[in-house]
Amino acid sequence: MRFERREHRPAALVIATPLIAVVAALAVSGILIALAGAPVFEAYWKILVGAFGSKLSITETLTRATPLILTGLAAAVAFRAKLWNIGAEGQFYLGAIATAAVGARITEGMAPIIQIPILLAAGAVAGMVLLLLPLWLRLKFSVDEVVTTLLLNFVAILFVSMLVDTVLKDPMAFGWPQSEAVERAARLPKLIDRSRLHIGLLIAVAIAFAVHFVQSRTTFGMRARAAGLNPRGAVFAGVPLARTLVLVAMLSGGLAGLAGSIEVLGVKGYVTTDLSPGYGYSGIVVAMLANLHPLGVVLAALFTAVMFVGADGMSRSLGIPTYIADVTVALSLISMLVAVFFTQYRVRR
Amino acid sequence: MVHQHFSLAPNLTVLENVMTGTESLWKLASDSRAGRQKLEAISKRFGLAVDPEARVGDLSVGEQQRVEILKALYNDAHILVLDEPTAVLTGPEAEKLFSTLKEMAAQGLSLIFISHKLDEVMATADRVVVLRGGRQVAERKASETSKAELAELMVGRKVERPVREAATPGPVVLEAVGVTVRVDGVDRLKAVDFTLHAGEVLGIIGVSGNGQSVLAGLLSGTAKRSAGDLVVFGKGVGDLSVADAIALGIGRVPEDRNGEGAIGEMAIWENAVLERIADYSNNGFVDRNRAVSFADSIIEAFDVRGGTPSSRTRLLSGGNMQKLILGRNLIENPKILLAAQPARGLDEGAVAAVHERILAARRAGTAVLLISEDLDEVMALADRIQAIVGGSLSPPVAAEDANAQKLGLMMAGEWTENADAV
Repeated sequence: MRFERREHRPAALVIATPLIAVVAALAVSGILIALAGAPVFEAYWKILVGAFGSKLSITETLTRATPLILTGLAAAVAFRAKLWNIGAEGQFYLGAIATAAVGARITEGMAPIIQIPILLAAGAVAGMVLLLLPLWLRLKFSVDEVVTTLLLNFVAILFVSMLVDTVLKDPMAFGWPQSEAVERAARLPKLIDRSRLHIGLLIAVAIAFAVHFVQSRTTFGMRARAAGLNPRGAVFAGVPLARTLVLVAMLSGGLAGLAGSIEVLGVKGYVTTDLSPGYGYSGIVVAMLANLHPLGVVLAALFTAVMFVGADGMSRSLGIPTYIADVTVALSLISMLVAVFFTQYRVRR
Repeated sequence: MVHQHFSLAPNLTVLENVMTGTESLWKLASDSRAGRQKLEAISKRFGLAVDPEARVGDLSVGEQQRVEILKALYNDAHILVLDEPTAVLTGPEAEKLFSTLKEMAAQGLSLIFISHKLDEVMATADRVVVLRGGRQVAERKASETSKAELAELMVGRKVERPVREAATPGPVVLEAVGVTVRVDGVDRLKAVDFTLHAGEVLGIIGVSGNGQSVLAGLLSGTAKRSAGDLVVFGKGVGDLSVADAIALGIGRVPEDRNGEGAIGEMAIWENAVLERIADYSNNGFVDRNRAVSFADSIIEAFDVRGGTPSSRTRLLSGGNMQKLILGRNLIENPKILLAAQPARGLDEGAVAAVHERILAARRAGTAVLLISEDLDEVMALADRIQAIVGGSLSPPVAAEDANAQKLGLMMAGEWTENADAV
């Protein structure tokens, strides 16, 4: 038996790939649920109920999907250019704290229509800066960015944790380590009253379309793709490799920073060190599930959010640990990688 | 087998390198005492002195080569194949190697010494086999042959008259003056001089790995010179960037089609316009319609078969990919064309098509720099010929004055400075 590269990738297969992967992952996690002693189909039903069963659960799922779309896009644009940004988690936190700091200290009192864009921009810039540093190290000294971006996550999170316990600590928080808050007027408007769902979701989806447009229609998108697919060929064709990677890093870091910023302005208004349940890392999974396609990222983020929110509900009613959501998402990533391989290769005996 | 490029682990000692792979993985401890004894016995027997405890990374290139030979002998080799063993050695190191080889042969080992340097072959070999194009074309006793005969055998049959029609070359469009290119501390091009006239083909012949890719990179804008100057259209251009090369109208056909010439996973239209993407964009947005029709015109004019503008470039055969690359350069009527190994790996039909295109460009007044290992190709296309050996260029000879023996000697690095410069 050997593997042979496919000449043509049937479009139907490309679309079916993630679905097959998800089904396979659910089947395998079904075995685990059965091992935990719970009825498998009821468990899946509870996941669906937990994610979609009420107005509250639907809004909660969408609220969770919002940062995942943005961190997923951050990973997707970087990975396409073979810039391995594993640092979205740190960029998310730095974006969040920049937003809180600027909002609490500088822009307070400004009209929301001016203040909100400034705060979003502050978050995006903070994310960019945190990715440009490892990129500079790579371009200048060929330091592997996988290592630097990954380790900078811890630096960024500890830095944020220091800020929320010292200079930016909210004196009204009864001693809890949380940052000063952005004023209510500067928060993102709710999409639905009495829920956590905010217009950040619309912003995230709009950005996904914008990224898709940039990648498929602009000179920059074409160059970034060339740089990712074949750097030597790209250089030969006159693609300014370093400049293209800097722009990719700004886009990727900016999106991750923006995710943190929108989470602050949309949900809590302030920063704590548990603001993100690993949105940055989950973004990598989302991007891979979407096969790095920006519009696919929206769907993959929704799937991931459904699993996390639904598993909470399932765990409450059936007593299965919520870790099953992590397991299912991880399994679907693995089966996705296998499935992507089979869209590119066929088996020959 | 001793390869031209070593396969040693620089962070391990000589003894560890030699013993790697000789012991079972399941053995817990390596028996380094026995290994050392065997190694020392071998070094003594053949006079290959190396400190077994030295780190390979600290050794000179000549010593590293000795370790490679020791490694082969340690595995009880009876036949030793050495691929271009002197390519990396200094003069005295090479001399030392030759005496070692003679000693080894005297002790009953069989040696196969692969080289294109005729002096070395004549100095070391007992018998000489000449390979050309994958075929064995001759076998001679070293004592019964001469460098001149070997050179002629290397190059092959009587040189055919070129198919190109005579033409008077135009003015000089490009000139290299003492250009040196240093890569990682090694001079890959050594003070080379050449001139390129409009409407002529200058052929650069040579055995591969003698600096051809750096010479091609110099004109492509991907290799940076460290001394000397390039003069294009009478103006010194200093360091040529890729963008400069494209802007100056230098058409570039790289030797590595898949690695440099095209991005296989991108569409044909994208590869057609990527070099001049700015011309096919409006304010940063790709004008896809115009780009696709440009690709269509290349496909039409250069007979690229096997794909539409939107199919992936990887699906094209080598010949059609080369036609696409030639097409995107020639359709703009470049003043200068760099063609590096343009017909390598192509079938006969595609070779003829590529040659026809290059001659057509010459007729249209393009100055062509043709870098090739294929002497027939160079003889058929070039007006003047220079040989590249170890990064140095021979003085040019006119194609009419060239014969197999002369070219063979040139490729072996034997030329007299300025003796018959054209």
